[in-house]
This record gives sequence, structure tokens and C-alpha cells, in this order.
Amino acid sequence: MYRYDQFDERFVRERVAQFRAQVKRRLDGSLSDDEFKPLRLMNGLYLQLHAYMLRIAVPYGTLASRQLRQLALIADRYDRGYGHFTTRQNMQFNWAKLRDVPDILGLLADVEMHCIQTSGNCIRNVTADHFAGVAADELEDPRPTAELIRQWSSLHPEFSFLPRKFKIAVTGAEHDRAAVKVHDIGLRILRHPDTGETGYEVIVGGGLGRTPYVGKVVREFLPRRDLLAYLEAIVRVYNADGRRDNKFKARIKILVHEIGTEEFRRRVEEEFAQLDGPTINADPEEVARIAAYFAPPAYEKLPAKSNAYEAHRAANPAFATWADANVFPHRVPGYAALTISLKAIGEAPGDISSEQMRLVADLAEKYSFDELRVTHMQNVVLAHVRQADLFAVWQKLCEAGLATPNVGLITDIIACPGLDYCALATARSIPIAQALSKRFADQARQKEIGPLGIKISGCINACGHHHIGNIGILGLEKNGVENYQITLGGDATENAAIGGHLGPGIDAKDVPDAIERLVDVYLAQREDGEIFIDTVRRIGVTPFKEVFVAKTHAKSKEPENAVA
Amino acid sequence: MPLLDRKGLKQNPFVRAEVVDETAGPNVIVPWAQVQAALAARAKDQQIGVDLPNNVAYGDVLALADQLALVTIDFPAFTDGRAFTLARRLRNNGFQGVLRARGNLIADQFPYAFACGFDEVEPSEAVYARQPEEQWLAAAGRITHTYQRNYGDAGNILDQRRAARLAKEQAHDK
Repeated sequence: MYRYDQFDERFVRERVAQFRAQVKRRLDGSLSDDEFKPLRLMNGLYLQLHAYMLRIAVPYGTLASRQLRQLALIADRYDRGYGHFTTRQNMQFNWAKLRDVPDILGLLADVEMHCIQTSGNCIRNVTADHFAGVAADELEDPRPTAELIRQWSSLHPEFSFLPRKFKIAVTGAEHDRAAVKVHDIGLRILRHPDTGETGYEVIVGGGLGRTPYVGKVVREFLPRRDLLAYLEAIVRVYNADGRRDNKFKARIKILVHEIGTEEFRRRVEEEFAQLDGPTINADPEEVARIAAYFAPPAYEKLPAKSNAYEAHRAANPAFATWADANVFPHRVPGYAALTISLKAIGEAPGDISSEQMRLVADLAEKYSFDELRVTHMQNVVLAHVRQADLFAVWQKLCEAGLATPNVGLITDIIACPGLDYCALATARSIPIAQALSKRFADQARQKEIGPLGIKISGCINACGHHHIGNIGILGLEKNGVENYQITLGGDATENAAIGGHLGPGIDAKDVPDAIERLVDVYLAQREDGEIFIDTVRRIGVTPFKEVFVAKTHAKSKEPENAVA
Repeated sequence: MPLLDRKGLKQNPFVRAEVVDETAGPNVIVPWAQVQAALAARAKDQQIGVDLPNNVAYGDVLALADQLALVTIDFPAFTDGRAFTLARRLRNNGFQGVLRARGNLIADQFPYAFACGFDEVEPSEAVYARQPEEQWLAAAGRITHTYQRNYGDAGNILDQRRAARLAKEQAHDK
């Protein structure tokens, strides 16, 4: 993984000193509260319902063991002994104190980490496929591109006061695990059909929030050398022309939608044509310098199948169940990538205790070349484990309560922090996730249902990505009561789709029943080997809607009947 | 209003006027809407500057660039970053005159203003009362080098890495 050189090191240290001075200037009144707010947000510091929340950048979700250990130390010393992984592959601490933040930043800098641009109206932490360097369908590791963009976007003089936040994701694989079509900019590494040269497909204007859009292809093939200049052109057009009159219409997706893809492309290409590429872009040698850090680790030469692994599977059904759900094939023979689920039944999705962090760090060090990944599904990946070691790793995970065998299944739920923590939330998310997780806890049933993504947001801002959940749940507030809207058919992959509404919102207590009924429709209607989202695509929303509306309607009649 | 550049406070030789005539003085800033009239009416030795809002089409400004001694761009709020882009576009397209950032920007944005092509800053009295000269100068020097090329930082990190690489290659060649 990437390591800081002297320049990165100095940059981050100076950033810590800068923030320390900003805190001091806030406390002595030099900075007003309104002025300090965007400055602290650009350093990942939010004011939440109960306390400050500090969001730490985990660039493209890659962590070294020593970094996770440092996060554990921060959790113990400055928080309540746990942290929370987010859908942007970051870590959040929910109980930080303002006066401690400069010291926390210092501890992060000690392990080459920071909080730069994890919030605010600027270019946010760049995300990438969590199976980068692992997946067989990968053309190129997206992380060098993501690292190049991370550096380029850090404290950008022109793009730190944009109309709204700006998110970039990169994938280098055929199967999109980075949701590039629902980002402000999505980059897909591909080969030019004629020349075979690698470059980027540039997708702009995707996004979730209150007006979800699937992004539009603005450039079908961008040569690799032009990347930074082209990004500069896009963000410049957005900074100049994006709406600033209404916060809810300020994302780039609205600009693209309002002026149209053609006109947006024209403006970007006009701007790009004026730029002197070589004075802006990184040298090929610089790109190669970064890429070298992501060279494959020193794999052993192993047989494709491990006899020890097969024997453990045969002897231990619980292990086999876990491996079926949580192990992802590795392109190198004899290795596997494994996902550690942070979705234990009945727990808050994405939470991890400091003790668990240390254990996971130890496992990564011993079994996976000292490296871990955070996924946008709020889980953790050990990317390069020998198949023969999987059983030993599983045993350790079992002891720590980290062996939940549910990756990609119905209890692998994404949820934002919701009204339990967040000042923007209109409803709670975590208790809904917990209730659903308990309802579908039975392992055999989960396996029977198969891949099904439920995503929950506690407000219209959609941090829980409900629009792209196969089943999406949006918590709103209606007459002082939490009310949940259900959507169906969303998809975060290369087949990106925004889910459709099923009907009127329902009460929290009715959510598990409603979801169960949707699952029953699928189980009754599916054809052989068909996963949930494919059945929805084939038969459409109507059969689900009928059941959903019939039951909701029946429920709303009840009080009238009772009175009569 | 105070006026600052990289060295600190400086004298402002310009005065603002709606209309330019001989009484207006040698250096006059007029609103963007009055600039054509001002250029037509100015005396031979009068220098004309213009106050731009941050949403002007940069091509319209460039068309007059040769006749303007000073261009200022407004920050209606410090969170509105359009002036940074307008300044960049003017510089990218050859504007050589003095560029001034004006209005509600804060000391923390001083280095960004320079990086985007501004020469000087005219902050509001209210901000300057809380953030005096030393805070602007301190802010300017907090981050010695950043990653963006072509933003006025001769020692930007990418160029320094390139220089280090070339030096190493040369040493190797010898």
C-alpha cells in the first residue's frame, strides 16, 4: 500500500498545525462560529446530536495493521472504546471532544493518516473497489488512480468551496463494486477498443440524496495522462455553474440534469481544450511511483485447491457455511479474500470495538500481508489469505464475535447512524437494522433467500444508500412519528438502478413484517437459481406492490373497525 | 477597507466612483455595469479598475483586459468559491493585470487566493477586525507546499518529486 514520502509527511503535519491554530482562533473569537464550521467540516469534524463526531479518512478503504491499531488506541483514549465504519470506507468516532481533536490528528499523522476532506463542500475521500488487486475480473488496480486523485484534491486552492460536496469513485473491474454510477464522478478503467491502451470512462452526475440519478458518460475514453486536467475541467465547470441558490439543488447531478448531458459535455470539453495538460497532469513517472506501492505482495506458489481447507470444510459445517458466504475467490491460486462481517445479528452495522480492531489487525499482520480493506458495505476485508489458513482465521474470529456468516445476504444491512447520533436524521436507522437482522437471523433461511441487499437511511440525504438497495428503507418523520418508506429494485452495481416506491410509509414496528412479505413474494415467484434482484427485474414491482399495499391498507383500516 | 498582499498591509491607490471624470482622481474603480462608460470617459492618464461580481462571463472581461489596470472579484460569502475559478480562468487565458479578491473572504483563504492568481486581498472591515494582518500572514505560510501543479506554487510537491527524480537520474548517469 501507499507510504508517505517526506512531502506527504510534511503536508499532513502542517495540516495538523493549521487545524490546531484554527481551533485556537475559534476559541479566542478570531473565527466566528459560521466561519469555523466549514473549516472543521473540511477536517472531518461534525457537531452531532450529543457530541462532536470525527470522521477519519481511510483512502479507498485500505488500512495497514498499525493504522488500525492506532484507531483502536484513539477509540480507547478519546472515545468510548469503539468506532464505526461508514459507507465511504471511512471510520467515525462519535464522542470526540473539540479540545482533543488536534492531538488525535497528531496520532493519526504518526501512522500516515488524516481527516482531510471527509466532510465539507469539497472533494471527499476517494473510494475504490474493495477487492482491488484481488478480483479475477480486474483490468487494473484502481488504487493508484485513487491515490493520485487523493493527493491532487487535498487542500485544492480552487475547489475547497464548491457549491456542495463532491465524491469520486474508481473501479478497474468489469463488475462494479465501487458504485461508480452513483458518484459525482465515477471512473472506470478500461481498454480502448481499437488501440488497446488503458484509460478511463468518465461518468458524471450520479448521486443519491433527495434526487437520485444514475450518472451519465461524459467521456467514453480519456487517455490516462489527461486525468488530472480533465478532472480540473469538470470541477471548474461545476464550481462556476453549479447552483448555489438552493442547497438541495447544488450537487453536480442537478447541473448535468438541468443543462443536459450534451451541454455539460460541451462546457467541460471547452474548458479542457483551454488547459495546458502537461503543466497540470502528473508525470508518467509519478504515476508509476504511486503504482509501485500497490504491486502484488509476495505470494507463495500454492496449488489452486488447498486440501487442508477442503478437509476443514467437510469436517465443520459451521465453517463451511461461513466460508460460503464470506470468502471471495482470489485470482492467485491457493489464496482467498475473506470478508469479516461487522453485521453481527442484532448489532449496529459497521461498529467495531477497539479489542476487535486489535484482533483484526493481528490477523491481517499474520495472515494477509499486513493489510486490510474497509468496504462501502461497512465490513472489513482480509484480501490475501492462504486458503489453508482460513480455518485458523475463522476460529479466531469466532472467539471475538466476528464470524457472522452473512456477507451479501439479507442481514448484511447497510445503515447510516440515523437519529441515534445524527443531527440531520429524521428517524432512527440502527434499530430498524437490528430488528430486521433478528427477524432473518436463521442461517438456513438466509442461505435459502440468497443475495439480497437491504440499505437503510434515516433521512432524505441517503447516507445509507437506500435508493440502490435491492430493498431500500428511508426513515422520515410524519406528525412526530417515525415513518418508513420502502423502495424496491435498486442496484449499486454496473446495472445501477434507483429503487421504486412500493406505497405509503409504514411504522417502525411494521417494517420486519413488510420486508418478510416482499421476501415471500420473491421465494414464491423465483425461477431456478434466480437471485432477488433478477426476479424483481423479470416480474416487475407490481406483484410486490400488490402485497405491500394490500397489507398496509388492511392495517390502516383497523382503527376504524375498532371504533365501529 | 484594508488591502493586503503577501507582504502585509499596503496602500490602496484606487478610489471607487460610479462615474469617471477629471475629479475622480488618477486611479478609479468602477462597477462592472459602468465600465464601458468609464473607459470612454477617462482622461489619458487615468487608470481604470473594475469591481466584478463572481458570476461574470470571463470572456467579457478578457475583451477589455488591455484597458483595465485592476480587476477585483467579489466574495459575497466566504463559502462561495466562484471567485477562485473566475480568477483562474482570467489567468489561464492570459490576463496580466492586477487581480484583487474583495469582500467576505477570511484569512484562511489567503493562500488559496494567491494560488488561483490573485495578487492582493481587500477583506471586509468586519472580518479584518477579528482577523488582523498577522493572521493573514500566518495563514499564507501554514502549508508550505501543496500537490496542485500550475497553481503558482513553484515548489509544488509534484514538481519537487520530479526534480528529485531528475537529480537522481543525472547522478546515476555520471
